[in-house]
Amino acid sequence: MKKRLDVLICGGGACLSSHSQDVKNKFIEVLKAKGLTDEINLVETGCMGPCEMGPVMVVYPDGSFYVQLTENDVEPIVEEHFLKGRPYQKKLWAAPEARKIVEEKRQVPFFEKQQKVVLALCGKIDPESVDEYIANRGYEALGKVVTEMTPEAVIEEMLKSGQRGRGGAGFPTGLKWKFGKASEGKQKYIVCNADEGDPGAFMDRAVLEGDPHSVIEGMAIAAYSIGADKGFVYCRAEYPLAIKRLEAALKQARAMGLLGKNIFESGFSFDIEVRMGAGAFVCGEETALMASIEGKRGQPRPKPPFPAQKGLWGHPTVINNVETLAAIRHIILNGADWYASIGTEKSKGTKVFALSGKVVNTGLVEVPMGITLRELLYDIGGGIPNGKKFKAVQTGGPSGGCIPAAHMDTPLDYESLTKLGAIMGSGGVIVLDEDTCMVNVAKFFLEFSVEESCGQCAPCRIGLKQMHDLLEKICEGKGKMEDLDLLESLAHTIKATSLCGLGQTAPNPVLSTMKYFRDEYEAHIKEQRCPAGVCKDLISYVVDESKCIGCTACARTCPVSAISGAPKQKHRIDPSICTRCGSCIVKCPVKAIYIGPGAVKREVESKKLHLEKTL
Amino acid sequence: MDRDAILRKYPPQSENLLALLHDLQDARELHYLTEEDLRAAADHFHLPLSFVHGVATFYTMYSLQPRGRHVIRFCQSPACHLMGGVSVGKTLQKLLGVDFGETTPDHEFTLEMSSCLGVCGVAPAMMVDDRVYGNLDEEKVASILESIRREK
Ligand SMILES: Cc1cc2nc3c(=O)[nH]c(=O)nc-3n(C[C@H](O)[C@H](O)[C@H](O)COP(=O)(O)O)c2cc1C
Ligand code: FES
Repeated sequence: MKKRLDVLICGGGACLSSHSQDVKNKFIEVLKAKGLTDEINLVETGCMGPCEMGPVMVVYPDGSFYVQLTENDVEPIVEEHFLKGRPYQKKLWAAPEARKIVEEKRQVPFFEKQQKVVLALCGKIDPESVDEYIANRGYEALGKVVTEMTPEAVIEEMLKSGQRGRGGAGFPTGLKWKFGKASEGKQKYIVCNADEGDPGAFMDRAVLEGDPHSVIEGMAIAAYSIGADKGFVYCRAEYPLAIKRLEAALKQARAMGLLGKNIFESGFSFDIEVRMGAGAFVCGEETALMASIEGKRGQPRPKPPFPAQKGLWGHPTVINNVETLAAIRHIILNGADWYASIGTEKSKGTKVFALSGKVVNTGLVEVPMGITLRELLYDIGGGIPNGKKFKAVQTGGPSGGCIPAAHMDTPLDYESLTKLGAIMGSGGVIVLDEDTCMVNVAKFFLEFSVEESCGQCAPCRIGLKQMHDLLEKICEGKGKMEDLDLLESLAHTIKATSLCGLGQTAPNPVLSTMKYFRDEYEAHIKEQRCPAGVCKDLISYVVDESKCIGCTACARTCPVSAISGAPKQKHRIDPSICTRCGSCIVKCPVKAIYIGPGAVKREVESKKLHLEKTL
Repeated sequence: MDRDAILRKYPPQSENLLALLHDLQDARELHYLTEEDLRAAADHFHLPLSFVHGVATFYTMYSLQPRGRHVIRFCQSPACHLMGGVSVGKTLQKLLGVDFGETTPDHEFTLEMSSCLGVCGVAPAMMVDDRVYGNLDEEKVASILESIRREK
């Protein structure tokens, strides 16, 4: 029976972290107390996108979009909205730029420019209900494929759609399947890569948590096309909720005969097992991932042979990413031509981007390929918070690079990004504002790669460490101009000689920041100055005594107790203890703390002074 | 569940090694693997002990040292780093009195780093056991620790 109102409350990872569960339980309690359970359909969904605003909730049929809910909002919402039909204004999404309260979800700018394909059902259905999935044409594509199409026809359709893998490399899905099909072998496998290790990416998590059946359906279609009867989902252990919802979905699919023997009476049999990682970034690389599924250390091996020729236990294996697989059913249902009509000439379809960092609306957005960075950041992302200036975005995580403000109108597609020296990667977009030091960012990414290198090959194990040490020197104000050349030559050598994708791409953040922000590198080296005021050795925090009111807020927040001063007296920061974490600057009510030159610079200056005096 | 019961859950194919190690580790209150656990796993799969040891030390989520009853995974991804993660991390260290990779003397908490928890929308973030906490600041981590301490 259709109920009067559908209330969808987000149960995505981010909203759970802001206690959406408590809000939901409170709703259950209040609805029960008021005898409304028969009228109102309360559903917990996967991620709706604007994670920063969580916990979020949408009410249909009117489409009111509520944000930042707490338990205290529940009573008034039930009273005002559910009973009297007046949306509760206080918690409706107000677009930050206009401070305008928007009553309907589709008018919120964040959603307006999006085109949801992969995320269409995320945040719309109960991820633990196969019935809701089926009611939204779920498993229809699989039925069509196994009863009406030959494997060749499916592969042909995939080739025509132009879809490219969303895991990072952008390899055409149809072509990969064609190779998988052509490989000789009685036993073949299909693997879903749900390792999602790229820092800044969280779309695969959202899909698995919000719409797990779409991934299962995509895997089954892939399996049918290449002739596999067994699949694995390799999911990182950091995503327990995704694993739980996927396991539940697999159980339901099996119970309904959508997995198992003789699916849709077609003679096609297929089943899926979930394998959990154990915290190793390199396991996202396909050959390492296979080693891990086999129960070994997750170390990559050279390619060829490619997995499609020799994969799991030596058998032909096709590996696709979560987002890639979740789009398959839409391509089958709506046709390759429809899919190919979205996007640019060489990058088809929609792409999910994960916005994080210094942007107003962080979260997940899905847009047609080829949208410009400006549209993504300003129209959807709502711009940079606190009136700061935009500096760059970092795409593709530790394998990617940055795009500076000058290239804001670049279309986001595989080719354009590669041309700029950034890459699409998995679609993580980390926004950096004027307060970000690009040398520091490059160092940070390199630190990540050094940490995650599996250690098999020397260029990656030793070379990256060398690059990191050079960057550290520069950040400490001890770099020399020759170091820049050395960095560059190391970077090219490592790229050319590393065993796997990790080492081959790890130098990218350094190369790209050196390309666009060379002046910042030079400021660190020549002037011992960090223009963004980040590098600890090149700055100090100083209390402006004329402004300090002695409120002690800074001293109380300082995690390392570097600030001294009694109440009502001028405070002082001891630079030898201070870690330049920035919390005092945030806390100071009168903005009395400023960033001054660092010890290195002071040392240099005093030497210079000394020299001048003696001359 | 005791070790034998856990071992019986897994067919003897060595592909199950990672899952078995997860299970053995979770079965211990202090979330770690003992030498006997590794030996038992090796026997179960007919693998050399060195192989099992190799796997257990390759993945960061396994520990051969006793840890705390609660394992805190503090996200150190660039997104969290940019959004003030550094000072929150420092606060955590100060509140717990331990460094990253260490366990409090009362074995209540182990503080670890994670490369990325995948909730960058609410950075900075951390995970305590299976629960994710986002939009952290100094006060919030303090109250989270406090409430977990009270839970037991
Ligand atoms: C170091 C490294 C890490 C990777 N991590 C992931 C990952 O977390 N998720 C993913 O889907 N692909 C990852 N990849 C890419 C995979 O190797 C592979 O190309 C991809 O899963 C293929 O799926 P697709 O064709 O659907 O993109 C990674 C590659 C490298 C080199
Ligand atoms: S988790 Fe709720 S909006 Fe992303």
